[in-house]
Amino acid sequence: MNNLHQVSSSLPLFTSVTYLAAAVLFILSLKWLNTPSTARRGVLAGELGMIVAIAGTLVLPSIESFKWIIITLLLGTAVGIPIAVYTPMTAVPQRTALSHSFGGLAVGCVGVAEFFVWHAHEHEKLTHFNVGVLCLEVLLGFLTFTGSLMAVAKLQELIPTRPMTYKGQNIINFILLGIAILLGVWLTVDPSQTELFLPFAVMAMIFGVLLILPIGGADMPTVIALLNSYAGLSASAMGFVLNNKMLIIAGTLDGSSGFILSVIMCKAMNRSFTNVLFGAFGQVVASTGEAKEQRSVRSAQAEEAAEILQSCSNVVIVPGYGMAVAQAQHKVRELYDALTKKGVDVKFGIHPVAGRMPGHMNVLLAEADIPYDRLFEMDEINPEMPRTDVALIIGANDVTNPAARYDKSSPIYGMPIIDVDKANSVMVIKRSMNAGFAGIQNELYFMDKSLMLFGDAKGFVADMVKAIAENH
Amino acid sequence: MSSIIENLYIFVLATFLGLEIIRRVSPLLHTPLMSLTNAISAISLVGSIVLLGEQVNTLSTVLGAVAVFASMTNVVSGFLLTDRILKMFKKREPKQNEQPSPSKQ
Repeated sequence: MNNLHQVSSSLPLFTSVTYLAAAVLFILSLKWLNTPSTARRGVLAGELGMIVAIAGTLVLPSIESFKWIIITLLLGTAVGIPIAVYTPMTAVPQRTALSHSFGGLAVGCVGVAEFFVWHAHEHEKLTHFNVGVLCLEVLLGFLTFTGSLMAVAKLQELIPTRPMTYKGQNIINFILLGIAILLGVWLTVDPSQTELFLPFAVMAMIFGVLLILPIGGADMPTVIALLNSYAGLSASAMGFVLNNKMLIIAGTLDGSSGFILSVIMCKAMNRSFTNVLFGAFGQVVASTGEAKEQRSVRSAQAEEAAEILQSCSNVVIVPGYGMAVAQAQHKVRELYDALTKKGVDVKFGIHPVAGRMPGHMNVLLAEADIPYDRLFEMDEINPEMPRTDVALIIGANDVTNPAARYDKSSPIYGMPIIDVDKANSVMVIKRSMNAGFAGIQNELYFMDKSLMLFGDAKGFVADMVKAIAENH
Repeated sequence: MSSIIENLYIFVLATFLGLEIIRRVSPLLHTPLMSLTNAISAISLVGSIVLLGEQVNTLSTVLGAVAVFASMTNVVSGFLLTDRILKMFKKREPKQNEQPSPSKQ
């Protein structure tokens, strides 16, 4: 009987060399992704590493039949290409979550198969350590699988994006996780308890669903990053199980990447991991005792706003997810062009959590052909705000709310914001005076220097562009 | 046992390396970063191929087939999509008044 560990203990030299080369190429790939100028080379290095590793694997003597390998590889390619070519940029978060889900599924399946193969044919593999790591692999793999599917459903709005909560939710989740861990530990201590393995795998899947259920749409950037980390770590655990160092390296790189991104996202919302996962942010937010008095705002039409914009010397546009929902990014690009032509210096200020996944807003603007050297991170743009003539906010709300700086009672208190209120004047394109995601009113709209531009983002920006063009 | 310790060394070193490399990635590129790391971690494909190729029993073959399909989908869509996203990132055409923006180096 061939054993699976041919992939490890007694690798042919050729395979070992290809795996080493793949590990180096993967590291270079991520290193080159640091800056836009070398980023595409990074993709190339990654692809090369992948091809080399697959080639090294296919020559392994333990492989007895290629029929199903070829069929499934072709099938995967046939599904993968359309996904890559046709996914609209607004849907990249969904596709990313889906790929985490697939990654988790693959790792989980291999883990389950390994366990039963060991049981049937390779009893000597059933050591406490091996089974323990295998349980970790299956737990992470399957909870990433179902959790990410839930994230896909939320992002695609197949199920409501608002947090779904019920009484005692956290307790039930903890009990479930507790049972899963207990089963895992039991299996580790006594690897012969085969009948515990499937309940364990099912527990992991149920926990994945319940973990994501209470998380709201605006927390998706953190959740996707966290699931990314889990997917990587599960691949790394698989490397331990198969004793494959290249797999450990690749999985760990993915795991640390997801970890860093989720830390960045948490910081950008001034929240902790536990708060994101168990806090069910932005659910009821009972009327925050906001004074009900009707405060007046100044508003303007497109022509008037266009007049102001083209007469100033610099403008910072702050886009939010609302811009993407309105599909306004191409009109925003036209506005950028029109204003630049008039000699106005236009920059974009981008909050880390703008969009539905880390860096999403940059991709949406880049797709609309806005040069990336015009896109500035929050920390870069904030010092320039006091010297800015107009801050134009399109489809963003909470990330511009000055209450985050001083109002301790506000749910977003402490969250870093883009300091639009420090600009000489502020314009806000908004459908109505409805509160933002967090359900809180934005002080900004009532300031004397603020001008509200009511309307659909796409239509309003188009009107402004027209007004500027007619102004020749 | 020694291989376990060896692997733990690899894991620890790779974690530190990963943290150092990823920290330097510009926030501009966080979305392509995620889709690229995704494609790279789909290297679990090699484990799936071995499992499927060995044909130990029906269960392992079925699970192996699912795993190869899922990983291969990630590999193909991950790399192609990352490249498609990166192609969109363009600098300003040099003909426009080129003033170096202050806080970018």
